[in-house]
Amino acid sequence: MTNTSTKTFMYLLRGGISETKLSPEQMQKMVEKYMNYIQDLRDKGHFIAGEPLEETGKILSGERGRKVTDGPFTESKEAVGGYFVIRAKDLAEAVELSRACPILANGGEIEVRPIQKIPGM
Amino acid sequence: MEFEAKVSQLVEHLFREETGKIISALTGSFGLRNLELIEDAVQEALLKALRLWSYGNIPPNPAAWLMLVAKNHALDHLRRDTRWREKEEQIALEQAHSTSTEAQLIFSEDEIKDDQLRMMFATCHPALARESQVALTLKLLCGFSMEEIAHAFLTKTETIAKRLTRARDRLKTNAVPFEIPSGPDLTPRLDAVLDALYLLFNEGYNASQGDDLIRRDLCDEAIRLTSLLAEHPAGDTPRTHALLALVLLQAARFSARINFDGEILLLQDQDRAAWDQKMIARGLIHLERAAAGEKISQFHLQAGIAACHCVAQTYDATDWKKILQLYDMLLQIDDSPVIALNRAVALGRVKGPDSCLAALERIEDQKRLSNYHLFHAVRGECYLQTGRIAEAANDFRCALSLTSIPAEQNFLQKKLREIAT
Repeated sequence: MTNTSTKTFMYLLRGGISETKLSPEQMQKMVEKYMNYIQDLRDKGHFIAGEPLEETGKILSGERGRKVTDGPFTESKEAVGGYFVIRAKDLAEAVELSRACPILANGGEIEVRPIQKIPGM
Repeated sequence: MEFEAKVSQLVEHLFREETGKIISALTGSFGLRNLELIEDAVQEALLKALRLWSYGNIPPNPAAWLMLVAKNHALDHLRRDTRWREKEEQIALEQAHSTSTEAQLIFSEDEIKDDQLRMMFATCHPALARESQVALTLKLLCGFSMEEIAHAFLTKTETIAKRLTRARDRLKTNAVPFEIPSGPDLTPRLDAVLDALYLLFNEGYNASQGDDLIRRDLCDEAIRLTSLLAEHPAGDTPRTHALLALVLLQAARFSARINFDGEILLLQDQDRAAWDQKMIARGLIHLERAAAGEKISQFHLQAGIAACHCVAQTYDATDWKKILQLYDMLLQIDDSPVIALNRAVALGRVKGPDSCLAALERIEDQKRLSNYHLFHAVRGECYLQTGRIAEAANDFRCALSLTSIPAEQNFLQKKLREIAT
């Protein structure tokens, strides 16, 4: 469980599960794939957190959020559906670890972003 | 809760089985007239689970979570639906509201079981065609998708879609009640359910081709639903126990058999250690309980035959006399050529291959069997045993041309090679 890597990364997950024709059995198989993926990250000490995001929220812009719009829309593939925070030694390893995420096989995409460390803190 | 513990919450087929339970329970609350809406709500709940649980957070009681979310989705749909203003539904809605918000307490286990039984009596209602009964049962009680049902029946998804739509319409136009029948209605309605479950089992057990996994699932579902019936006072009849005994005793040998429906042909080659002894024990218990009645049904006799095979320590120790007796009785109820063929095999075991050949000749419906590969395989075997090699080869070749099952093709090719040497 101990992992000496100190760098943290965020996976932003987009798209993937929009298929509504899936059978209950297929859906369960898919959940199990994700669980196994997370389990593997945990076993190797990479996993820190993971959460889904609510389907809708508000998007604010302008001074003091003068402009407020509904969004994002989950239908759009660009919408972030959830995130994982993981620990890895560098970006290359973080990218490598993301490859096994089942969302990729489902047509979704993962944005791997190093969480920036603020020097001196 | 520990992560590992959460993973184990997802028991095998949880989504599929809960689908059947939730659809039944919600139909108990909102009525068969809202069936499509309920099915949609359950599908939405499952999708929501898929979306949320994929990040590693499975609720402590996944089944109760699904039930609660599906119910809330159904209520949302009903509110949006203008029809919900009708009094009756308003009452149902209010009742649903008044129940506890604690997911676990929405429906008790017994209520869910009763609702599944009510659903069985609805999906197997005599107003529906037999094939529609089975398809609808798989969809509503077993959580199969249209694609999976089509796959199991080796037919097109559109065919199943049409069949299901027609069946749902029939439920409405015939005002099929969502209830467990009672009084004089019970026996014929129960018989209809048992016949449909028997067909469901056979779809899985006897299919000549197709995916082994999904066929095994059909058998398991037939066992699950028949067990549910047998446990309930309304379904606890000798005939139900006979069917349950039959499906258990057959399924116990599912993975060990090489051949479908022709277990007598290849039984000698089966690894008896691979038979599921727990299932056999369960089957025998139900066979005993089936004996409580006065009527002997097809299920009784077939279960009896299966039991003879299951309890035989070796192939040679099989009680063929008893099997022959049971087939004789079975023929009196159902004179199908396939049963006559199986009886001829049993006769051959008791009295020798010449008797079997004579019996085969006497099968009146022989014409209907001329395209049945097992008829030729059985006759070929008899010819072989009586030294009529040319006739045997002829029949094996004929059988080979009639089967598309690889295991059977291999078996027959091996036979032909043995004859040639």
